[in-house]
Amino acid sequence: MNNSIEIQNLFKSYKKVKALDNLSLRVENGGFYGLVGPDGAGKTTLMRILTSLLLPDSGDVLVGGLDPVKEYKNLRLKLGYMPGRFSLYQDLTVEENLKFFAQVFGTTIEENYHLIAPVYSQIEPFKKRRAGKLSGGMKQKLALSCALVHKPEILILDEPTTGVDAVSRREFWEMLKEIRAKGITILVSTPYMEEAELCDTISLMFDGKIIDSGTPDEITSHFKDPIFIVKTDYVRELLKIVREMPGLKSVNSFGQTLHIVTKSEKFGIIEISQFIKTNCEYAFELEPYSASIEDCFIDHIIS
Amino acid sequence: MSVENIIEVENLVKKFGDFTANDDLTFSVKKSEIFGFLGANGAGKTTAIKILCGLSFPTSGKVNVAGFDVYKQRNKIKQNIGYMSQGFSLYDDLTVRENIEFYAGIYGIKRKLIRIRFEELVEKLQIHDLKNKFVRDLPLGWKQKIAFSVAIFHKPKVVFLDEPTSGVDPITRRQFWDLIYEAVESGITVFVTTHYMDEAEYCDRISIMVDGKIDAMGTPKELKQKFNAQNMDDVFIKLARKAENIE
Repeated sequence: MNNSIEIQNLFKSYKKVKALDNLSLRVENGGFYGLVGPDGAGKTTLMRILTSLLLPDSGDVLVGGLDPVKEYKNLRLKLGYMPGRFSLYQDLTVEENLKFFAQVFGTTIEENYHLIAPVYSQIEPFKKRRAGKLSGGMKQKLALSCALVHKPEILILDEPTTGVDAVSRREFWEMLKEIRAKGITILVSTPYMEEAELCDTISLMFDGKIIDSGTPDEITSHFKDPIFIVKTDYVRELLKIVREMPGLKSVNSFGQTLHIVTKSEKFGIIEISQFIKTNCEYAFELEPYSASIEDCFIDHIIS
Repeated sequence: MSVENIIEVENLVKKFGDFTANDDLTFSVKKSEIFGFLGANGAGKTTAIKILCGLSFPTSGKVNVAGFDVYKQRNKIKQNIGYMSQGFSLYDDLTVRENIEFYAGIYGIKRKLIRIRFEELVEKLQIHDLKNKFVRDLPLGWKQKIAFSVAIFHKPKVVFLDEPTSGVDPITRRQFWDLIYEAVESGITVFVTTHYMDEAEYCDRISIMVDGKIDAMGTPKELKQKFNAQNMDDVFIKLARKAENIE
């Protein structure tokens, strides 16, 4: 079975805005692929093209071996899609929504219960409640159940965890892992950089382009500049000071730490430490660091 | 109310039918503080923010914002606060300048003063080429930064930011926090919600709501120590795991 996604030189513009600018990527059969980037990067446009909801300007796209333009009817049968905006029926109950999506695809909840169980069992106690009355985390779970109920071979999820609290986000990714274990190819987008590390393969997207692709480890290994972490109780104060440091490429706050990137090996621990000490008396600890996905993303944007 | 506190909440309860959305909240926010108001979806944050902004009455309890009583002086509160969220910020079909003139006009700022402050803002944000563009044509990052500047244009005592950086790229997110720090230095108090746990650590103090109650409050450092956690993400997860109610 071919449940890969292949994209070659894809272009899509809205009037003057290039939403997708010569995009190529490949999701392997059974892969767990993440598109990581902020709003406006082109993630939703890409997903709408893959799900046959939007026509590309040019480029080659095959989803599960099918062309989303010419073979959209067959494609839609094997796709599960969870759009970014909650798009279930607010006036139907949890159970009615799920039943509706099952029936549209000529199946029943019972037939594929095993598939949706890890997700649906969590909201089943509330199955008589109207979808509009659910909390954010529960809505996401219902939307995922509805996207899965017809037993799709490829699942495409557009920012399923945006605006969802940290705990529900973690649970949601656990569920995706279980779904993936059943052999379903997953393409998921997220603006949260730390979630990228949960995918097998990711693409960092910005302004309609892919700025880097690979496994999370490959991407972080592409980071070549010296990078250091400063732990301090005076993040705001030290940030101002370090911004003036010679040899600095970038400095960014990460919670109660700073990540400092310098232009070359000439600016290392000793130089940074000396610079901070000569400019202030705040206590700090400085160590070498290995770049996170977010460091890589920032580096690509500023270079 | 002490001079120092911009927000004072005592035993705030808000019920919808037999559902208690805010269950006996007590907290205060000091002048020029960045206060992070965290919690899971459905924990009751939005309900509390609506009350603090004078948009909804408490069922019981004392609430004082910017020196005004939430039961009797709601219009005074509205004049003295700013508000911005990811969902509602600027009008797409107006230019940056028109948006500012509109908002500032609503707050009753004189035209001449609007013009002066607008020029200051253009200078500060370096938006000479953006100022006459329609908001819909701006990149999201700029929209959010300008929306924040609009929310504090009338120099409110406190500004409420409801997930202001949701979906914003990592550089803009940090630039946005630089604007927050600047606002704080000018004496504005910031009340902010976020789902980015690193941002929780940029706050002076945070509270974490679980099931309508404030379960933890303190500086990020205190909370990490108390919960024996590496970062705020861990604190949040340890707390929320206790929550019985799935909602």
